Amino acid sequence: MTGRIHSFESFGAVDGPGVRYVVFFQGCPLRCMFCHNPDTWEVSGGEEYAAEDIVKKILPFRRFYDHGGGVTLSGGEPLLQLDFAAELLEQLKKEELHTAIDTSAAIPLSMARKAIDVADMLLLDFKAFDSALCERITGKPHILEQEKEYLEYCQSTGKKVWIRHVIVPGLTLNVAHLKALGKYLHKFSCVEKIEPLAFHKMGEFKWQKELYKLSATEPPSVDEMKKVSELLGSY
Amino acid sequence: MNFVSGDWNDTIDVRDFIQKNYTPYDGDESFLTGPTERTKKLWEKLSVLLEKERNSPGRVLDADTKVISGITSHPAGYIDKDLEVIVGLQTEKPLKRAIMPFGGVRMVEQALEEHGYHLDPEVKKIFKYRRTHNESVFSVYTDDIRAARSSKLLTGLPDAYGRGRIIGDYRRVALYGIDFLLQKKLRAKIKFDRMTMSDFIVRKREEISMQMEALEQLKELGAIYGFDISKPAKDTKEAIQWLYFGYLAAVKEQNGAAMSLGRTSTFLDIWAERDLKEGRYTEQEIQEMVDQFIMKLRIVRFLRTLDYDNIFAGDPVWVTESLGGMGLDGRHMVTKMSYRFLHTLENLGPAPEPNLTILWSTRLPANFKHFATNISIKTSSIQYENDDLMRVDLGDDYGIACCVSPMRIGKQMQFFGARANLAKCLLYAINGGIDEITGKQVAPPYKPITSEYLDYDEVMNRFEYMSNYLATVYTKALYMIHYMHDKYNYETLEMALMDERMKRTTACGIAGLSVVADSLSAIKYAKVKVIRNEKGLAVDYQIEGDYPKYGNNDDRVDKLAVMVAKMFMNDIRKNKMYRDSTPTQSVLTITSNVEYGKNTGNTPDGRKKGVPLAPGANPMHGRDTNGALASLLSVAKIPWAHCQDGISYTFSMAPSALGKSDAERSDNLITLLDGYMQATGQHLNVNVLNRETLMDAMDHPEKYPQLTIRVSGYAVNFIKLSREQQLDVISRTFHEKM
Repeated sequence: MTGRIHSFESFGAVDGPGVRYVVFFQGCPLRCMFCHNPDTWEVSGGEEYAAEDIVKKILPFRRFYDHGGGVTLSGGEPLLQLDFAAELLEQLKKEELHTAIDTSAAIPLSMARKAIDVADMLLLDFKAFDSALCERITGKPHILEQEKEYLEYCQSTGKKVWIRHVIVPGLTLNVAHLKALGKYLHKFSCVEKIEPLAFHKMGEFKWQKELYKLSATEPPSVDEMKKVSELLGSY
Repeated sequence: MNFVSGDWNDTIDVRDFIQKNYTPYDGDESFLTGPTERTKKLWEKLSVLLEKERNSPGRVLDADTKVISGITSHPAGYIDKDLEVIVGLQTEKPLKRAIMPFGGVRMVEQALEEHGYHLDPEVKKIFKYRRTHNESVFSVYTDDIRAARSSKLLTGLPDAYGRGRIIGDYRRVALYGIDFLLQKKLRAKIKFDRMTMSDFIVRKREEISMQMEALEQLKELGAIYGFDISKPAKDTKEAIQWLYFGYLAAVKEQNGAAMSLGRTSTFLDIWAERDLKEGRYTEQEIQEMVDQFIMKLRIVRFLRTLDYDNIFAGDPVWVTESLGGMGLDGRHMVTKMSYRFLHTLENLGPAPEPNLTILWSTRLPANFKHFATNISIKTSSIQYENDDLMRVDLGDDYGIACCVSPMRIGKQMQFFGARANLAKCLLYAINGGIDEITGKQVAPPYKPITSEYLDYDEVMNRFEYMSNYLATVYTKALYMIHYMHDKYNYETLEMALMDERMKRTTACGIAGLSVVADSLSAIKYAKVKVIRNEKGLAVDYQIEGDYPKYGNNDDRVDKLAVMVAKMFMNDIRKNKMYRDSTPTQSVLTITSNVEYGKNTGNTPDGRKKGVPLAPGANPMHGRDTNGALASLLSVAKIPWAHCQDGISYTFSMAPSALGKSDAERSDNLITLLDGYMQATGQHLNVNVLNRETLMDAMDHPEKYPQLTIRVSGYAVNFIKLSREQQLDVISRTFHEKM
């Protein structure tokens, strides 16, 4: 089976624990306002690769990933190409590489389980802890509910999760909102880490000008990000 | 002295002294102390002078025009005598540049004129009666060498400047004192005698007598500053001071292309450990000595021509100091002094000199790995070289000369050979030896390629021929250069601090490896159409289709790079070397990649005429698209067995791409270094910087007086680079995640 891949990064240091190989999948059903990789949206883009060819690409680097690192499937939304993601994860598992899926829960859990069950951990992107806001950001309904389902599933199966949450002034940079999210997440022992990610505009140039709504939004300050970490609670 | 005795007491054997007496340190950096008030004041004074120097024309603060520099040529000089605990300057004033005309008086005159000074007529007169290295080399050069040189097929040859890349074992001054060294030299001289005379014996006897004169002068240099260095150093302060006098004498005598320090920290730690134990000095006092020693190394200056600056930018001296590494007995060689040396980057702020080099082993203690990588991330001032790779051949008492050239301290030297432009060589192969820019026949004429599309086998066939030719002209030139350098500009002091019998290498080098590999890959895997001018000369290339590019861990092209490096080295090996030295090769360009690129026409990989070549063994800018590790593994494939003078890779990464916290960044850099070294990569320069910082520094240099960046094999003050070189650095691949 082949999958559509946007690109590869052999030295991923910010997508999960340790040094990781990151496979960026092509295609995403969401249209997040702050997306910095809109070039990964289009499902027909990218290049086709067989799972075993990707594994072959990764193996020469494995000595770099054996010290607490591994492989992360990111994107795009890797679970959009579900069967392919599951196959790739299986093969990576056979090679005893640690695996993570970086997902926004855009695919219903009932389907996604197939891949989630194989991965060692999830990087789960919480877009917003408010259904309406979440829909406004992602352009899709029910995403928050699906994120919650994912998390509950991981809790029940004991799968490790890192929560990621993009902090956008005017959208998610809101004390009440962050407190509520923090409080909610604290209930989950499977959550090992919460990573607030500061919004940035380094991907703006990849957008069609008229579609990008955040040109006037400035990234949060260092102090604001400190405050955010406090509000979300430290794990 | 209560040191453990051994062979070192009777023969000159610094390694034996170190191994029997050093104390490996496994702890962390918490013992370190900040700068003392004296150090701070002294550094402030120096900073004012450094700023003045930066703002002077040609960045030369002051220059001597009268006194020919030598070990004892100048009276004592100070920055501020009352504040200095380690003393000694090249001239009577800090940052005043001395003249060293034995390499070539015309270069000295030119350099002075370019900076608004005039050489004293008396000095000029002397050189009416005395030949120099430079004029002698040019008097013997053959036509083919001249042609290769003027067409820039060969560049940067040390025929107009001091060759450098020789490391005197300056530790010997501290351990033995001058008298013992003199005694040993005298004995050696007596031994060089036979029933029948030969050039070899006469030369040896003359060299040793010159070395002995240099040692006498070194003793006098100590006396000028009020020290008697005829006997061994008695404590830490004397050990540092004696060692520094040795180095100072070398940089007063020689304006060498690289004047490296060696491997001194663990040696010096032996005194420090003892003095700490015996209560002679406190940690604070020892750090003060180290800070001030390093400060002195930061202000070593040479008078150089603007041409030289174009090739080696930013006033480098390559005061390379090698730290860490493993001992042959399995103990690591990290000591507290290794920490103190690195700590100067915190106490005094970042700086390009001394060129602090960590001999990295996967087995170095974790605490040291963390400390070193943290400083690296903060200052971009450290380079790493693979001890696990080099120790096999070189043991545990070698050091790096210049950028990446390893040599046993006191037992090995090299005849520095700059480099040949392989990218141009490939173009000559296509054009039958005619220069693609000037249209001149440079190499012997042979049939050019006339087909519309380049055929890989045909190109390789011509390229092999051209490589062989280039290696011959190149090694002929080096033979002549070093013959004359020995004759007219012999490094008496550095050689005095080395064994009489030593290993010599002739260190050849190549530039443009990635351009050649990518060009061959394009010819092999895509279709390359030749564009010819009205005279039939191939001047441009059109690539149809895509091809694998070096820097992506793709064997199809990486193997081409390996093949080319091997081929040229084997061609070098066919030739006779000066003084029967062993030929070696480096893949290193320093900043000269910009200059080489200027002089190289369009290449079949799609690179345009004038565009800089990639530095050292780096992939071409922006062509490594699979992330940092992919490019690292491509570089690590370049075979050390055929590139024993070093394989330089400069690596730039945005802090945000290296990890989210300081601890993560350090962990990840350690993982990266361990993996790269295990993959047998030899050298890595690490820059952790944002592209934006560099761009801001271009526009507002005054805000970044100490901004340091690693370029191929050494570090420079970014703001001292030419605009072209700055742009080149910025255009290089930055590993950043969006």
